[in-house]
Amino acid sequence: MSINTNPQVLPPPDPPGPIKWLKDNLFGNLFNSILTIFSLLIVYFLLGGVIEWFFNTADWRPVTKAPLLYVIGSYPREEMWRVGLSVTVVFFLLGISWGKWGGLLKSVSLALGGIFFVLAILPVKHVQLDVAMRTYLGITVFVMALGYILGRAEKLKPNLIYILWLISPIIIVVLFAGIENSEVLKQVATTSWGGLMVTFLLAIGGILISFPIGVALALGRRSTLPIVSASSTIFIETIRGVPLITILFMFSIILGLFLPADARLDRLLRALMAVTVFSSAYTAENIRGGLQSISKGQYEAAHALGMNNFQTMFFIVLPQAIKVVIPAIVGQFISLFKDTTLVVIVGINDLLGIGRSVINSESDFLQLQLEVYIFIALIYWVFSYFMSVASRRVEASLGVSN
Amino acid sequence: MTEAIIKCTDVHKWYGEFHALRGIDMDVMPGEVIVIFGPSGSGKSTFIRTINHLEEHQRGTIVVDGIELSHDVRNIEEIRKETGMVFQQFNLFPHLTVLQNVSLAPVWVKKKSKDEAEKISMDLLDQVGIPEQADKFPGQLSGGQQQRVAIARALAMEPKIMLFDEPTSALDPEMIKEVLDAMTELAKSGMTMIVVTHEMGFARAVANRMFFFDEGSIVESGSPDDIFKNPKEDRTKLFLSQILQH
Ligand SMILES: Nc1ncnc2c1ncn2[C@@H]1O[C@H](COP(=O)(O)OP(=O)(O)O)[C@@H](O)[C@H]1O
Ligand SMILES: [Mg+2]
Repeated sequence: MSINTNPQVLPPPDPPGPIKWLKDNLFGNLFNSILTIFSLLIVYFLLGGVIEWFFNTADWRPVTKAPLLYVIGSYPREEMWRVGLSVTVVFFLLGISWGKWGGLLKSVSLALGGIFFVLAILPVKHVQLDVAMRTYLGITVFVMALGYILGRAEKLKPNLIYILWLISPIIIVVLFAGIENSEVLKQVATTSWGGLMVTFLLAIGGILISFPIGVALALGRRSTLPIVSASSTIFIETIRGVPLITILFMFSIILGLFLPADARLDRLLRALMAVTVFSSAYTAENIRGGLQSISKGQYEAAHALGMNNFQTMFFIVLPQAIKVVIPAIVGQFISLFKDTTLVVIVGINDLLGIGRSVINSESDFLQLQLEVYIFIALIYWVFSYFMSVASRRVEASLGVSN
Repeated sequence: MTEAIIKCTDVHKWYGEFHALRGIDMDVMPGEVIVIFGPSGSGKSTFIRTINHLEEHQRGTIVVDGIELSHDVRNIEEIRKETGMVFQQFNLFPHLTVLQNVSLAPVWVKKKSKDEAEKISMDLLDQVGIPEQADKFPGQLSGGQQQRVAIARALAMEPKIMLFDEPTSALDPEMIKEVLDAMTELAKSGMTMIVVTHEMGFARAVANRMFFFDEGSIVESGSPDDIFKNPKEDRTKLFLSQILQH
């Protein structure tokens, strides 16, 4: 028997709080205290140097000179409104969805709307942040708010919102690319597209198109027909066995050799195809994992009700499997978002590509490579960070509803 | 004389080497309530599942409402439309609301309009006593409520035969009665039922005939009176004494 069984003998516990935390975790004993102080000194010198460089030494001219370049590349400035309109459309849909469903959509809308709002009223002078640009930013925030109010309306059916989201990629691509022989929407060659616009186009396009392909491949792999399952498996494993860069080269060079000269596919389109093919193999494996998590009882219950295999798959199994793998797909999207930087190698001006061309555009920018790459890294980091925060919230909300 | 609605003749089933059903003969008349009982692993589930072809039998014949169960997919689908099944683990669809669980198959299998299917479904939920749960998800319901949804879901296909595989075994004791009550109601309405259960009170009150399974065969069958008052086989006596103890 220990003497501590009598509660009165125990010393009163330390009051919880920051002091206690410091004492417990950082200054528990002499060795810990020395370690803590030593680490603080290292952090101070390192971080101090970084902060000093960031605010004083660094020369941000390559970034501040033409920030729009990083957003849309060399997309003709007189046609720039079309990219802007696309963003406004997305903001509008985000607003509606926020009004309808709230939750994560609310956070996303508020974050993006907030950035636009801050930019619109930012108290700095810059040629590219002129009155027209500020007005555009303001209107876009306003349109999002309008969408929110619309979304709150009971009468607005969720189905309509789904349909709007479904057709929005088509609207955006038409806006970006233009229509043949059109006066208003002149065609804009994809060679002038660039920056974040291309990065997002490749990542979002890749994920969206790869999704149905991935589902088909996952189902194919489980098929009882040997030819179907073997070819799906070979496809998935081959793609997963090679790096994205190889697939990019395949599509950008080898495809050109096989196709007749006049059927030359657009370079950006070929990159998108490569990214899609790459992504679909991973989507397939994710979905397959989801399919495996569905119990036999679900199939049996559906079959016992007289549903055929297709109905069972479509109404019962797939919806549950997809729900299970949403977090994994979001994670896949984040990787793809970063992996798209590889398209620089096949000559596409995504965000990283723009950075490189900015460096090469003026002789005194050549010494400022570090600034450019750090700026780009920061952009990737910010987006990836917020996406992974979002994916954790998706995960949590899915966990609750199960 | 009326025809049997289910005719099983010399049904055999093997899982690999294992002989799970060893020649089952059973004819069920329309409106009859059959209770199957027997020790765990005796093939009760396997047998009841061969009737709607969730398990395939390898020898013998099963004829349901004049349709012979064979490899023909169309026959299988026909028979499944005539039989409803309730599982031990409920097997509700967790991503659909209660109302959607019940109305999905009528819309897509029976090609009913959505309005009509929902009306039928609401009536059935009313019948099993949980109309107020229609818009909830299965995960928000108690076990007893879930099993009643499962019964409504099977009934929504307007089956001629209902198969129950230990419908109350996964339930907490206080919920067993509500499910048995729903089943008793159903039996009174004239539904043909095959029920695998060890609820002997239910069997005594509702069953027309009882079958005792052991090691893949029917050891003994008869009316509840025969089975409870003077079982002939020692194995039946032993098993009954074991389960009636508590
Ligand atoms: N899918 C299967 N594969 C192999 N053996 C099985 C399978 N399903 C059931 N069995 C075996 O068949 C026998 C009968 O099982 P079952 O019909 O579930 O029994 P009961 O429902 O009477 O408890 C058991 O011995 C069980 O282990
Ligand atoms: Mg069983």
